[in-house]
Amino acid sequence: MVAAVKDTADRVRSIDVDQYRYGFETLIESEKSPKGLSEDTVRFISAKKNEPAWMLEWRLEAYRRWLTMTEPTWARVNYPKIDYQDIYYYAAPKPKKTLSSIDEIDPEILKTYEKLGIPLREVAILEGVEPPPGGEPSANRKIAVDAVFDSVSVATTFQKELKAAGVIFMPISEAIREHPELVKQYLGSVVPTSDNYFATLNSAVFSDGSFVYVPPGVRCPMELSTYFRINERNTGQFERTLIIADKGSYVSYLEGCTAPQRDENQLHAAVVELVALDDAEIKYSTVQNWYPGNSEGLGGIYNFVTKRGDCLGNHSKISWTQVETGSAITWKYPSCILRGDNSRGEFYSIAISNGHQQVDSGTKMIHFGKNTSSRIISKGIAAGKSQSTYRGLVTAHRKATGARNYTACDSLLIGDKCGAHTVPYVEAKNSSATFEHEATTSKISEDVLFYCTQRGLSQEESVGLVVNGFVKDVLQQLPMEFAVEAQKLISISLEGSVG
Amino acid sequence: MTALLEVKDLKVRVEEREILHGLTLTVNPGEVHAIMGPNGSGKSTLSHVIAGKPGYEVTDGQILFRGEDLLEMEPDERAAKGVFLAFQYPVEIPGVTTWNFLHTALNAQRKARGQSQLSSPEFLKKVREVAKSLNIPQDMLKRGVNVGFSGGEKKRNEILQMALFEPAVCILDEMDSGLDIDALRIAADGVNALRSPERAMVVITHYQRLLNYIVPDFVHVMSRGRVVKSGGKDLALELEASGYTQFDDAA
Repeated sequence: MVAAVKDTADRVRSIDVDQYRYGFETLIESEKSPKGLSEDTVRFISAKKNEPAWMLEWRLEAYRRWLTMTEPTWARVNYPKIDYQDIYYYAAPKPKKTLSSIDEIDPEILKTYEKLGIPLREVAILEGVEPPPGGEPSANRKIAVDAVFDSVSVATTFQKELKAAGVIFMPISEAIREHPELVKQYLGSVVPTSDNYFATLNSAVFSDGSFVYVPPGVRCPMELSTYFRINERNTGQFERTLIIADKGSYVSYLEGCTAPQRDENQLHAAVVELVALDDAEIKYSTVQNWYPGNSEGLGGIYNFVTKRGDCLGNHSKISWTQVETGSAITWKYPSCILRGDNSRGEFYSIAISNGHQQVDSGTKMIHFGKNTSSRIISKGIAAGKSQSTYRGLVTAHRKATGARNYTACDSLLIGDKCGAHTVPYVEAKNSSATFEHEATTSKISEDVLFYCTQRGLSQEESVGLVVNGFVKDVLQQLPMEFAVEAQKLISISLEGSVG
Repeated sequence: MTALLEVKDLKVRVEEREILHGLTLTVNPGEVHAIMGPNGSGKSTLSHVIAGKPGYEVTDGQILFRGEDLLEMEPDERAAKGVFLAFQYPVEIPGVTTWNFLHTALNAQRKARGQSQLSSPEFLKKVREVAKSLNIPQDMLKRGVNVGFSGGEKKRNEILQMALFEPAVCILDEMDSGLDIDALRIAADGVNALRSPERAMVVITHYQRLLNYIVPDFVHVMSRGRVVKSGGKDLALELEASGYTQFDDAA
């Protein structure tokens, strides 16, 4: 072995992902459901949420279906068998009184957000939970934060301004009670309860999540944002998000997650459904940084997520942008069903894996409507002993005349113990479809590192610079507020990947 | 007077094979040294070891820079001290603009030297001046580092960096490779513009023609990992006439 290569190999071996910055625990009393999964667990959760009977029935039907299903094994990930009876399916901070302002949130929780550098409090102070009397809304861009702490939303800000615009942004548990007609119409319309093992499980036991409805012609006046955080030992987190953009409306939704360090694996099976009607546009951005496990590959979050958008209306558009740096296992394929004519789906992804992380992620673009178009830009970065797989499906239905897709999958390897894999599936049943696929795999070579260090950059700065260049196309898709955070996260994730 | 760069009896191995067998070279401020020799004589190895490229094992000898042990320093520390290597094959860094790369690198060097950081406008002003003085078009700064650059453009980008970082010693590794005569002349003009009484240059080349444009003070002939002959600029012409084979036995 060339000395230089050996040197790098040693450095990569010494990666210590225990440096995980966000590994701390908040001590808050919580209220848990009994361990394990049964009809009683489902009833417990539904009762906790004061749900109407139809919702309980919906959950129970999903639960019964789940019992007949088996866990999928096709993804390129390995993990010990999950004991679904050894998990708590519901945990909530003990209810106190209803909150009318951020000040009433448990200071422990606020402290956690502060450590994370999440500006919940700052946002509240700078922008004011209640706008000053008679004051015009500030010209600054605003972010409304619906903070999900474990399973219950504990803070919702900016409600007033959103209300004025007619936008509904609330925990889904509330929406089930307050807007049952919308929830009934759309919940499960994109990801049916029978969709897949993890989505079905989610349908039975989902605890909370966000609900957004943007009325016709309304451009949502601010970015909507949710910070997820898994905090209760051994608590599976089952988020459910439903976003509906009515005709001619626009909404940008930001989702960001971090989780504290754990010894045991935590299961996370979220479902996100997006519905865009005629001429509507939804932009959904995610920065995901859950605990990836320690340097031996122990612990870490199992992230089995089903995210799907339905471009139901003509000229509708759904765009997924994700920066994935965390979790021990990621199984995630944000997809678009292009049903409306001239609708458009986009998927921009940065997936970074280090240590022992395993990522199997990609997208599905399913073209049904005429002249539908989609674009996939995927950037996978693997370091340490991690494995990163892009898995994508592009199909054109036989009626999808003029369907177009462009796919570019680039992988970047750091060190020689990691792997990158590309598994594209392409299927055109209409001869007028135009599908393009490009894929590259490259390595940060010793030569590039030497060039950068010779110019005065440290090893880590060099890797950071090269990686940021590599992911530039995708970073540009993120809303400004997130791009900065994401860039920081990328550097943190790759800390220790070289000397 | 302390020499700027002193290579003393340097022995270097790559994968168990000794490439340099005891090389000695002393460079003082203001001097331009040419190192000539056939392929495989160890010229590029020397430049890599001075700059600190990983993969080389120094088994004996010393490299001192202003009396300090260079071999103890990381490549980025050496750069901050004022050691610059103009690469034979500059790498491409997609997605990173030349402008951003130069700004980040210059500030990293300045930080290491305890100097203030240049803001974007300050940097822009500086880099524009430097580019102008070297007749380098501004649009090169907006492109990805060396991405899609011609051979000549890559070498000019190296010279631009050399001018920007203001190093004390510049090592030019086979600067003439892959350049036609016009590109060579432009690159050489850039190098000549940077000659100064404080700055030393080590010009590594296989061919004499480069030395028509960058006229050295000293010429060293390398063969099989050693300097086998040193002399003035005329030695290069002598070599041009008689070739390297005469030194095979001397090694």
